[in-house]
Amino acid sequence: MSLDRGAREKLVRALAGSVIEHADELTSLDQAIGDGDHGLNMKRGFEAVLAALPGLADKSLPEMLKAIGMTLVMKVGGASGPLVGTFFMELGKALPEQPSRADLVAATEKAIEAVKARGRSEAGQKTLLDVLVPVHAVLAGGGDAKAIAAEAAQAADRTTPMQAIRGRASFLGERSIGHMDPGSRSASLLIGAAVETLEFEVTP
Amino acid sequence: MSNVGIVIVSHSPKIAEGAADMVRQMVGDAVPLAWTGGDVDGGLGTNVAGILEAIENAWSPAGVAILVDLGGAETNSEMAVEMLPEDRRARVLVCNAPVVEGAVIAATESSGGSSLTAVKRSAEEFYA
Repeated sequence: MSLDRGAREKLVRALAGSVIEHADELTSLDQAIGDGDHGLNMKRGFEAVLAALPGLADKSLPEMLKAIGMTLVMKVGGASGPLVGTFFMELGKALPEQPSRADLVAATEKAIEAVKARGRSEAGQKTLLDVLVPVHAVLAGGGDAKAIAAEAAQAADRTTPMQAIRGRASFLGERSIGHMDPGSRSASLLIGAAVETLEFEVTP
Repeated sequence: MSNVGIVIVSHSPKIAEGAADMVRQMVGDAVPLAWTGGDVDGGLGTNVAGILEAIENAWSPAGVAILVDLGGAETNSEMAVEMLPEDRRARVLVCNAPVVEGAVIAATESSGGSSLTAVKRSAEEFYA
Protein backbone atom coordinates (compact mmCIF):
# COMPACT_ATOMS: atom_id res chain seq x y z
CA MET A 1 0.00 0.00 0.00
CA SER A 2 1.09 3.53 -0.43
CA LEU A 3 0.12 6.62 1.52
CA ASP A 4 0.62 9.96 -0.18
CA ARG A 5 1.33 13.13 1.75
CA GLY A 6 -2.34 14.05 2.08
CA ALA A 7 -3.18 10.60 3.44
CA ARG A 8 -0.32 10.76 5.91
CA GLU A 9 -1.57 14.08 7.23
CA LYS A 10 -5.11 12.70 7.50
CA LEU A 11 -3.76 9.71 9.40
CA VAL A 12 -1.92 11.94 11.90
CA ARG A 13 -5.00 14.14 12.41
CA ALA A 14 -7.24 11.10 12.89
CA LEU A 15 -4.89 9.49 15.42
CA ALA A 16 -4.51 12.70 17.40
CA GLY A 17 -8.19 13.56 17.19
CA SER A 18 -9.29 10.15 18.48
CA VAL A 19 -7.30 10.61 21.67
CA ILE A 20 -7.87 14.34 22.16
CA GLU A 21 -11.67 14.04 21.73
CA HIS A 22 -11.80 11.22 24.29
CA ALA A 23 -9.38 12.76 26.80
CA ASP A 24 -12.08 13.22 29.45
CA GLU A 25 -13.27 9.64 29.08
CA LEU A 26 -9.69 8.35 29.37
CA THR A 27 -9.16 10.46 32.46
CA SER A 28 -12.28 9.16 34.17
CA LEU A 29 -11.29 5.55 33.37
CA ASP A 30 -7.88 6.27 34.87
CA GLN A 31 -9.40 7.94 37.93
CA ALA A 32 -11.19 4.67 38.68
CA ILE A 33 -8.08 2.45 38.78
CA GLY A 34 -5.00 4.61 38.17
CA ASP A 35 -3.83 8.10 38.99
CA GLY A 36 -6.19 9.97 36.69
CA ASP A 37 -3.63 11.47 34.35
CA HIS A 38 -3.98 9.24 31.28
CA GLY A 39 -6.34 11.49 29.33
CA LEU A 40 -4.35 14.62 30.03
CA ASN A 41 -1.01 12.94 29.31
CA MET A 42 -2.13 11.44 26.01
CA LYS A 43 -3.79 14.70 24.98
CA ARG A 44 -0.59 16.63 25.68
CA GLY A 45 1.40 14.14 23.60
CA PHE A 46 -0.90 14.16 20.61
CA GLU A 47 -1.26 17.95 20.68
CA ALA A 48 2.52 18.03 20.33
CA VAL A 49 2.21 15.60 17.40
CA LEU A 50 -0.36 17.89 15.73
CA ALA A 51 1.93 20.85 16.32
CA ALA A 52 4.59 19.03 14.27
CA LEU A 53 2.32 19.17 11.21
CA PRO A 54 2.61 19.99 8.36
CA GLY A 55 6.32 19.08 8.41
CA LEU A 56 5.56 15.72 9.99
CA ALA A 57 3.57 14.59 6.93
CA ASP A 58 6.44 15.59 4.61
CA LYS A 59 8.41 12.68 6.01
CA SER A 60 8.18 9.16 4.60
CA LEU A 61 5.79 6.84 6.45
CA PRO A 62 8.54 5.11 8.49
CA GLU A 63 10.23 8.39 9.39
CA MET A 64 6.89 9.96 10.28
CA LEU A 65 6.02 7.08 12.61
CA LYS A 66 9.42 7.31 14.30
CA ALA A 67 8.96 11.06 14.80
CA ILE A 68 5.49 10.54 16.27
CA GLY A 69 6.94 7.93 18.65
CA MET A 70 9.74 10.21 19.77
CA THR A 71 7.33 13.09 20.37
CA LEU A 72 5.08 10.84 22.47
CA VAL A 73 8.05 9.56 24.48
CA MET A 74 9.16 13.10 25.26
CA LYS A 75 5.76 14.68 25.90
CA VAL A 76 3.27 12.16 27.28
CA GLY A 77 5.03 11.27 30.51
CA GLY A 78 3.69 8.57 32.80
CA ALA A 79 4.35 5.00 31.74
CA SER A 80 2.18 5.49 28.64
CA GLY A 81 4.68 7.81 26.92
CA PRO A 82 7.45 5.21 26.66
CA LEU A 83 4.96 2.40 25.92
CA VAL A 84 2.90 4.05 23.17
CA GLY A 85 5.96 5.94 21.92
CA THR A 86 7.96 2.73 21.65
CA PHE A 87 5.15 1.15 19.63
CA PHE A 88 5.24 3.95 17.03
CA MET A 89 9.04 4.13 16.95
CA GLU A 90 9.44 0.38 16.42
CA LEU A 91 6.68 0.34 13.81
CA GLY A 92 8.58 3.07 11.96
CA LYS A 93 11.85 1.16 12.21
CA ALA A 94 10.30 -2.06 10.86
CA LEU A 95 8.08 -0.75 8.02
CA PRO A 96 9.28 -0.07 4.48
CA GLU A 97 8.04 3.09 2.74
CA GLN A 98 5.34 1.22 0.83
CA PRO A 99 4.43 -1.69 3.05
CA SER A 100 2.50 -4.75 1.94
CA ARG A 101 0.01 -6.32 4.31
CA ALA A 102 2.66 -8.90 5.21
CA ASP A 103 5.07 -6.06 6.06
CA LEU A 104 2.42 -4.53 8.30
CA VAL A 105 1.84 -7.86 10.09
CA ALA A 106 5.58 -8.36 10.65
CA ALA A 107 6.23 -4.77 11.74
CA THR A 108 3.30 -4.74 14.15
CA GLU A 109 4.55 -7.94 15.72
CA LYS A 110 8.00 -6.40 16.25
CA ALA A 111 6.46 -3.27 17.75
CA ILE A 112 4.32 -5.36 20.12
CA GLU A 113 7.40 -7.32 21.24
CA ALA A 114 9.14 -4.00 21.97
CA VAL A 115 6.17 -2.83 24.08
CA LYS A 116 6.27 -6.13 26.00
CA ALA A 117 9.98 -5.64 26.70
CA ARG A 118 9.54 -1.99 27.69
CA GLY A 119 6.74 -2.79 30.14
CA ARG A 120 8.07 -6.25 31.08
CA SER A 121 4.54 -7.42 30.48
CA GLU A 122 2.46 -9.90 28.51
CA ALA A 123 -1.15 -10.01 27.37
CA GLY A 124 -3.55 -10.94 30.18
CA GLN A 125 -2.28 -8.35 32.67
CA LYS A 126 -4.83 -5.62 31.91
CA THR A 127 -2.64 -3.37 29.78
CA LEU A 128 -2.67 -2.06 26.21
CA LEU A 129 -1.17 -5.42 25.20
CA ASP A 130 -4.63 -6.90 25.75
CA VAL A 131 -5.74 -4.86 22.73
CA LEU A 132 -2.56 -4.97 20.63
CA VAL A 133 -2.11 -8.74 20.75
CA PRO A 134 -5.65 -9.81 19.71
CA VAL A 135 -5.84 -7.05 17.08
CA HIS A 136 -2.57 -8.30 15.63
CA ALA A 137 -4.07 -11.79 15.41
CA VAL A 138 -6.99 -10.44 13.36
CA LEU A 139 -4.63 -8.46 11.14
CA ALA A 140 -2.42 -11.50 10.60
CA GLY A 141 -5.49 -13.64 9.91
CA GLY A 142 -6.55 -11.43 7.01
CA GLY A 143 -9.31 -9.46 8.75
CA ASP A 144 -10.54 -6.33 6.98
CA ALA A 145 -10.66 -2.80 8.43
CA LYS A 146 -14.08 -3.38 9.97
CA ALA A 147 -13.00 -6.61 11.65
CA ILE A 148 -9.84 -4.98 13.02
CA ALA A 149 -11.72 -2.00 14.44
CA ALA A 150 -14.36 -4.27 15.97
CA GLU A 151 -11.73 -6.47 17.60
CA ALA A 152 -9.97 -3.40 19.02
CA ALA A 153 -13.18 -2.16 20.66
CA GLN A 154 -14.15 -5.61 21.95
CA ALA A 155 -10.65 -6.30 23.26
CA ALA A 156 -10.75 -3.06 25.26
CA ASP A 157 -14.15 -4.13 26.67
CA ARG A 158 -12.69 -7.50 27.64
CA THR A 159 -10.21 -5.79 29.99
CA THR A 160 -13.09 -4.73 32.27
CA PRO A 161 -13.39 -8.02 34.20
CA MET A 162 -9.61 -8.55 34.29
CA GLN A 163 -7.44 -8.03 37.34
CA ALA A 164 -4.47 -5.74 36.74
CA ILE A 165 -1.06 -7.40 37.13
CA ARG A 166 1.12 -4.60 35.73
CA GLY A 167 0.94 -0.83 35.97
CA ARG A 168 -0.49 1.42 38.61
CA ALA A 169 -3.84 -0.40 38.67
CA SER A 170 -2.06 -3.53 39.95
CA PHE A 171 -1.72 -1.75 43.31
CA LEU A 172 -5.49 -2.13 43.64
CA GLY A 173 -5.42 -5.92 43.27
CA GLU A 174 -8.95 -7.28 42.99
CA ARG A 175 -10.40 -3.78 43.12
CA SER A 176 -9.10 -3.23 39.57
CA ILE A 177 -11.76 -5.71 38.41
CA GLY A 178 -14.86 -4.11 36.88
CA HIS A 179 -13.18 -1.12 35.21
CA MET A 180 -11.92 -0.90 31.65
CA ASP A 181 -8.14 -0.44 31.38
CA PRO A 182 -7.51 3.17 30.21
CA GLY A 183 -4.41 2.19 28.20
CA SER A 184 -6.44 -0.46 26.37
CA ARG A 185 -9.12 2.11 25.62
CA SER A 186 -6.64 4.61 24.16
CA ALA A 187 -5.01 1.85 22.10
CA SER A 188 -8.42 0.84 20.71
CA LEU A 189 -9.21 4.49 19.86
CA LEU A 190 -5.90 4.84 18.00
CA ILE A 191 -6.39 1.58 16.11
CA GLY A 192 -9.99 2.52 15.23
CA ALA A 193 -8.85 5.88 13.88
CA ALA A 194 -5.97 4.34 11.94
CA VAL A 195 -7.98 1.66 10.15
CA GLU A 196 -10.82 4.03 9.36
CA THR A 197 -8.40 6.45 7.69
CA LEU A 198 -6.40 3.75 5.94
CA GLU A 199 -9.52 2.05 4.56
CA PHE A 200 -10.38 5.12 2.51
CA GLU A 201 -6.92 6.50 1.78
CA VAL A 202 -4.81 3.52 0.84
CA THR A 203 -4.11 2.74 -2.75
CA PRO A 204 -3.36 -0.99 -2.79
CA MET B 1 39.20 9.34 41.08
CA SER B 2 35.58 9.74 40.15
CA ASN B 3 32.61 8.54 42.14
CA VAL B 4 29.41 7.07 40.72
CA GLY B 5 26.78 9.75 40.09
CA ILE B 6 23.32 9.54 41.64
CA VAL B 7 20.09 10.62 39.92
CA ILE B 8 16.83 10.86 41.86
CA VAL B 9 13.58 10.59 39.85
CA SER B 10 10.23 11.16 41.55
CA HIS B 11 6.76 12.06 40.31
CA SER B 12 6.96 14.92 42.79
CA PRO B 13 9.70 17.54 42.29
CA LYS B 14 9.49 18.25 46.02
CA ILE B 15 10.25 14.64 46.93
CA ALA B 16 13.10 14.49 44.42
CA GLU B 17 14.61 17.73 45.71
CA GLY B 18 14.07 16.74 49.34
CA ALA B 19 15.75 13.37 48.82
CA ALA B 20 18.67 15.15 47.15
CA ASP B 21 18.90 17.52 50.15
CA MET B 22 19.10 14.51 52.47
CA VAL B 23 21.85 12.97 50.37
CA ARG B 24 23.87 16.19 50.43
CA GLN B 25 23.51 16.59 54.18
CA MET B 26 24.21 12.96 55.07
CA VAL B 27 26.83 12.12 52.47
CA GLY B 28 28.34 15.45 51.43
CA ASP B 29 29.63 16.75 48.12
CA ALA B 30 31.90 13.91 47.00
CA VAL B 31 29.16 12.39 44.83
CA PRO B 32 27.77 13.89 41.59
CA LEU B 33 24.04 14.30 42.27
CA ALA B 34 21.02 15.48 40.28
CA TRP B 35 17.27 15.22 40.71
CA THR B 36 14.23 15.55 38.47
CA GLY B 37 10.49 15.35 39.00
CA GLY B 38 7.21 16.42 37.47
CA ASP B 39 5.75 16.18 33.98
CA VAL B 40 6.58 18.65 31.20
CA ASP B 41 3.73 20.94 32.30
CA GLY B 42 4.94 21.07 35.89
CA GLY B 43 2.30 18.65 37.26
CA LEU B 44 3.03 15.41 39.07
CA GLY B 45 4.75 12.89 36.81
CA THR B 46 8.09 12.13 35.24
CA ASN B 47 9.50 12.97 31.84
CA VAL B 48 12.28 11.57 29.69
CA ALA B 49 13.82 14.95 28.82
CA GLY B 50 14.17 15.84 32.50
CA ILE B 51 15.74 12.46 33.27
CA LEU B 52 18.22 12.80 30.38
CA GLU B 53 19.22 16.23 31.68
CA ALA B 54 19.67 14.89 35.22
CA ILE B 55 21.86 12.04 33.95
CA GLU B 56 23.99 14.61 32.10
CA ASN B 57 24.28 16.76 35.25
CA ALA B 58 25.27 13.82 37.46
CA TRP B 59 27.49 12.21 34.83
CA SER B 60 30.62 10.48 36.01
CA PRO B 61 33.05 8.24 34.11
CA ALA B 62 32.28 5.68 36.84
CA GLY B 63 28.64 5.71 35.76
CA VAL B 64 25.31 6.82 37.17
CA ALA B 65 22.82 5.04 39.44
CA ILE B 66 19.18 6.12 39.12
CA LEU B 67 16.72 5.89 42.00
CA VAL B 68 13.02 6.02 41.07
CA ASP B 69 9.65 6.04 42.78
CA LEU B 70 6.54 4.55 41.12
CA GLY B 71 5.92 2.82 37.74
CA GLY B 72 6.23 5.61 35.18
CA ALA B 73 9.42 6.89 36.82
CA GLU B 74 11.03 3.52 36.16
CA THR B 75 9.66 3.15 32.60
CA ASN B 76 10.69 6.70 31.68
CA SER B 77 14.15 6.19 33.22
CA GLU B 78 14.71 3.01 31.22
CA MET B 79 13.57 4.84 28.09
CA ALA B 80 16.01 7.68 28.85
CA VAL B 81 18.89 5.22 29.32
CA GLU B 82 18.19 3.70 25.90
CA MET B 83 18.29 7.14 24.33
CA LEU B 84 21.79 7.88 25.65
CA PRO B 85 24.81 7.70 23.33
CA GLU B 86 25.83 4.06 23.00
CA ASP B 87 29.08 4.40 24.96
CA ARG B 88 27.18 5.72 27.98
CA ARG B 89 24.24 3.32 27.98
CA ALA B 90 25.93 0.46 29.83
CA ARG B 91 27.18 2.84 32.52
CA VAL B 92 23.74 3.87 33.77
CA LEU B 93 21.66 1.53 35.94
CA VAL B 94 18.16 1.91 37.37
CA CYS B 95 18.06 0.60 40.96
CA ASN B 96 15.16 -1.41 42.33
CA ALA B 97 15.11 0.34 45.70
CA PRO B 98 13.01 2.84 47.67
CA VAL B 99 13.80 6.29 46.31
CA VAL B 100 14.80 8.14 49.50
CA GLU B 101 16.56 5.36 51.40
CA GLY B 102 18.07 4.01 48.20
CA ALA B 103 19.50 7.39 47.23
CA VAL B 104 21.17 7.89 50.61
CA ILE B 105 22.61 4.36 50.68
CA ALA B 106 23.73 4.50 47.03
CA ALA B 107 25.42 7.84 47.62
CA THR B 108 27.12 6.55 50.78
CA GLU B 109 28.47 3.57 48.85
CA SER B 110 29.54 5.80 45.96
CA SER B 111 31.34 8.26 48.24
CA GLY B 112 33.68 5.44 49.26
CA GLY B 113 34.70 4.96 45.63
CA SER B 114 32.69 1.79 44.96
CA SER B 115 31.85 0.59 41.45
CA LEU B 116 28.47 1.17 39.82
CA THR B 117 27.38 -2.45 40.40
CA ALA B 118 28.37 -2.22 44.08
CA VAL B 119 26.40 1.02 44.44
CA LYS B 120 23.34 -0.58 42.86
CA ARG B 121 23.68 -3.72 45.00
CA SER B 122 23.88 -1.70 48.24
CA ALA B 123 20.78 0.30 47.39
CA GLU B 124 18.85 -2.85 46.47
CA GLU B 125 19.96 -4.82 49.55
CA PHE B 126 18.05 -2.35 51.67
CA TYR B 127 14.90 -3.64 50.01
CA ALA B 128 15.71 -7.35 50.43
